[in-house]
Amino acid sequence: MRIRAKVWRYGDDFNTDMVIPARYLYTADPEELASHCLEDVDVQFVKSVQSGDIIVAGKNFGCGSSREHAPIALKAIGIGCVVAPSFARIFFRNAINIGLPIVEADVSADTGDEIEVDFDTGQITNQSTGKRFASKPLPAFMQQLISAGGLMSFVKNLKHSRAEAEGKCPRC
Amino acid sequence: MGMTITEKIIAAHAGEPVEPGQLAWVKLDLVLVNDITAPLAINEMQKWDMDEVFDPEKIAMIPDHFVPNKDIKSAEQAKQMRQFARRHAIKHYYEVGRMGIEHALLPELGLVLPGELVIGADSHTCTYGALGAFATGVGSTDAAAAMILGETWLKVPESMKVVYLGRAGRWVTGKDLMLATIGKIGVDGALYRALEFTGEAISALSMDGRFSMANMAIEAGAKNGIFAPDRSTCEYVSERASRKYDVYQSDAAAEYADVVEIDVSTLEPQVAFPHLPSNTRAVSESTHVSIDQVVIGSCTNGRIEDMRVAASVLKGRSVHPYVRAIVIPATQAIYLQALREGIIESLIQAGAVVSTPTCGPCLGGYMGVLADGERCVATTNRNFVGRMGHPKSEVYLAGPAVAAASAVLGRIASPEEVVGCEN
Repeated sequence: MRIRAKVWRYGDDFNTDMVIPARYLYTADPEELASHCLEDVDVQFVKSVQSGDIIVAGKNFGCGSSREHAPIALKAIGIGCVVAPSFARIFFRNAINIGLPIVEADVSADTGDEIEVDFDTGQITNQSTGKRFASKPLPAFMQQLISAGGLMSFVKNLKHSRAEAEGKCPRC
Repeated sequence: MGMTITEKIIAAHAGEPVEPGQLAWVKLDLVLVNDITAPLAINEMQKWDMDEVFDPEKIAMIPDHFVPNKDIKSAEQAKQMRQFARRHAIKHYYEVGRMGIEHALLPELGLVLPGELVIGADSHTCTYGALGAFATGVGSTDAAAAMILGETWLKVPESMKVVYLGRAGRWVTGKDLMLATIGKIGVDGALYRALEFTGEAISALSMDGRFSMANMAIEAGAKNGIFAPDRSTCEYVSERASRKYDVYQSDAAAEYADVVEIDVSTLEPQVAFPHLPSNTRAVSESTHVSIDQVVIGSCTNGRIEDMRVAASVLKGRSVHPYVRAIVIPATQAIYLQALREGIIESLIQAGAVVSTPTCGPCLGGYMGVLADGERCVATTNRNFVGRMGHPKSEVYLAGPAVAAASAVLGRIASPEEVVGCEN
């Protein structure tokens, strides 16, 4: 799968308070969270972001709070992928668990550039500058989680196969 | 090959030997959620038709972030968790009146013990490393899966050792040691790693000081922070534990990805300037900053020792007329202890307000939200943009002594400026 879209560029250590301020954590509604996404750091973002747009950030993206509301808000507002040279570990797990595409790569791109992310080859191309970048493949277990349809689907399958092994499967 | 304490705990819960970088499937001793992370977890469990828990005695549900309820929506979220807890007979659900800030409450109640493995849907779950447990934060979906299975997957982290040399000065607390550490290694200086705290200054450090340090391991990007249990740990745990536990130590031949040394004998109390916890300076280089508010509390510094330090500076003095000083004992037991010791009276007479336990102001929820341009000295753990309110407000992180001294002088101040060199 490939996606090609406009870049929103942010710096190093972009924390989850910046993605979604804690004052909105009174809700779990993705649309409501999306409406406040990045509002403390970039008021243009919510107004102008298009479905499929790509965030290109610096190191340690998603640091700070464990709030899963952050990847949920990004996904709900239509972000197609977050690209960063490194991710904070809780954000990394959360993004995989909720199905927000993330790619570990050090990409030079500015806001407004158009880039293409090829999820199969891991290659990223900045269409505006012609530069190409390689990404780090996801760990095998993460790929397994994604192909299982996410963590909860994985858990459901695991429970099913365990029950089956014990001859206690309610579905069999 | 030797093993670190972190590797030993993970191996014991995986039921097989482990090494750094390896993926381990581990059994959990406790899963924690709170009023803002539980709703997402519960929604996932219900969406996938797995509204069930592996063991109602091994789940802690603590309403602390926006509780006592800050508004109708927060009340609904608290209600959702309360109803779930009742439906599943969750043993460790604590209602307002008995609840406290989760990372102070759980150790206080003996719900986490040395050698245990805990995950929690809150990034500061790493606090329990102070007890010699492996504890790390996760998101709500991981917590949901963990509440169903009682198991999770972990990548075994490499360990990074920090050695604190020398003896700390009178006003230098665990918070200062940790701010100095984050200042030195950066907010991703321990990314994905276990941060192991050792050295002469650690042996001398109180349990409350250790909780402050382990609490902020996440602020250096670490997966967990950990202290090998010693006499202080055993004393703390022995009056609380109602089950057996295992004490692990790192082997002398354990391997570390990095070793960092910090000399605390010359260390001043630290202040982390906006907008990163790594942006640290000595307090003597920070006294030009005038302030509007002080918050003393949180999962980092809301324990009895923090209350005592704050009172020792504020007793018989007055909070500056331009400053709002908000003190939040982290649990009801700490509050009561502070009351018995006369601390609450000293604080109120000085002009501080004392609140029931809540995370409220730390994350800009309520109970001390900042306006445009306002500055706050907080004993909390994050000073990100907008963390405590308006995106143009500023948070300066410090320990309780600096916070209390700053409340008196209306600017960032060293406790020595207020108390002098008495004692």
